[in-house]
Amino acid sequence: MAHLSNFEVFLLLSVLKVAVVLVITLMGVAYTVLLERKLLGRMQNRWGPSRVGPFGLLQPLMDGAKLFLKEDMMPLAVERPLFILAPIIALGCALISVSMVPFGAVTRVQGTDLFQIANVNIGLLVILGVTSIGVYGITLSGWSSNNKYSLLGSLRSTAQMISYELALGLSLVGVVLRAQSLNLRVIVESQSSRGILSWNIFGGCQIVAFFIYLIAAFAETNRAPFDLPEAENELVAGYHTEYSSMKFAMFFMAEYANMITVSCVATLLFLGGSTSVFGHLFDHFLNTPVANAAFPVCWFVVKVFSFLALYIWVRGTLPRFRYDQLMGFGWKFLLPLAMANIIVTSLILAVRG
Amino acid sequence: MQLAIFIVFGALALGGALNLLLQRHPIHSALSLVVVMMSLAVLYWSLGAEFLAAAQVIVYSGAIMVLFVFVIMLLNAGTEERTHGSRAAYAVGFPGAAAIFCLLIFVFLSERGAMKSTTIGGDLSSTVDNIAQISAMLFTRQLLPFEVTSILILVAILGAVVLARKEQ
Repeated sequence: MAHLSNFEVFLLLSVLKVAVVLVITLMGVAYTVLLERKLLGRMQNRWGPSRVGPFGLLQPLMDGAKLFLKEDMMPLAVERPLFILAPIIALGCALISVSMVPFGAVTRVQGTDLFQIANVNIGLLVILGVTSIGVYGITLSGWSSNNKYSLLGSLRSTAQMISYELALGLSLVGVVLRAQSLNLRVIVESQSSRGILSWNIFGGCQIVAFFIYLIAAFAETNRAPFDLPEAENELVAGYHTEYSSMKFAMFFMAEYANMITVSCVATLLFLGGSTSVFGHLFDHFLNTPVANAAFPVCWFVVKVFSFLALYIWVRGTLPRFRYDQLMGFGWKFLLPLAMANIIVTSLILAVRG
Repeated sequence: MQLAIFIVFGALALGGALNLLLQRHPIHSALSLVVVMMSLAVLYWSLGAEFLAAAQVIVYSGAIMVLFVFVIMLLNAGTEERTHGSRAAYAVGFPGAAAIFCLLIFVFLSERGAMKSTTIGGDLSSTVDNIAQISAMLFTRQLLPFEVTSILILVAILGAVVLARKEQ
């Protein structure tokens, strides 16, 4: 690659990174669905999908093909442009935020970082902003469907997401105060010195913030126990009642892509991102360029994977909240707790610094 | 690159603003406003004001406009109708808008010399942390205006609560 200029390398690598990350995220989405069905099956003492391929491993492909080949119904009374736009917004926003995530250690090829699509100074704010735009997908889908169940589901969902976005954003302030930056790379580096002891969740004493983030993230992604927008015994299927075929699949993929994004952010902010659990203890072991690039990515994937498993575990364990309990919990408990966490963290930082 | 981004998103902002005025249905107007705000955020970013861009997206497009859309959906507002008031607004609005446009053009053209010396987007490539500068500015030199503004917002929130409770 030496005969290419830096800009050409940057351009080629960027296109390649976008393509690879997109494909991996979409495959991750497909296999998270399978993981969820398998794990839930095990928790409920049954097998889960096991017919297609070995251990049911080809099930996601079959599901995709099925959804793709289904008839795309367009109900008569819908608001056409918005009805089509809504799933695109939902999926687009879910996929865009992955571009900010650093997957591995800084590995430069002619000045271009291999394991992050865009290293932005305000990476964390960009992720929060894109998530807040994603609300439109759900809001518009409910309104444009011209169906009262869809509208109720989307109203619930919008109110829930706006309420929990506050607690989510505030729970991250403690981490930002510690790292003194909104750059995701810098936040990861601030936790890299002593392995698990310097992760924000343990060494940084941000364990309260982590649990606030965890709960708020469950609510943000409309997952159990906060899956009221699609409470099937009250609202048929919530905001995507009228959607079929690929448009439904886009909402479905957006939900799981959001899960993956939220897990990535939790890993970056609280679990040390792509740094090793052992810190620099085993740095001399297998000290080759390839291993140094590959191990951090493996750590990152393992951490994200365990977070996803936690998501599924919670879904298999907890019953659904009632709506007023949900709102009261968000506004009266999580928000004051997050603010108290900010005050305590900044006081401690001020005293120590 | 800078110029291309400016042209694309400037055109998008203008198109969104015109669409906001021309659309009959409030939801469509609100969504055009979202497009305008997002393109403004991109323009801020291309000028090097990252934090302002992020705040624009999170606060305006992500929170305030969602509430607008929410209220429109809840009220189930229909399409707008022509009344005497709207005709009067046309009669006053077009000359007013033209006057403001001319004034802005005049100011920009007369201050052309001063604007040439600034490097637009100069901060974009530098590694200076925008947020650190803004926060240092807000909490040292501009502390009093900053706190007064937050008290103003607090008063507005209290006023909203009082208005909402009045009916009982």
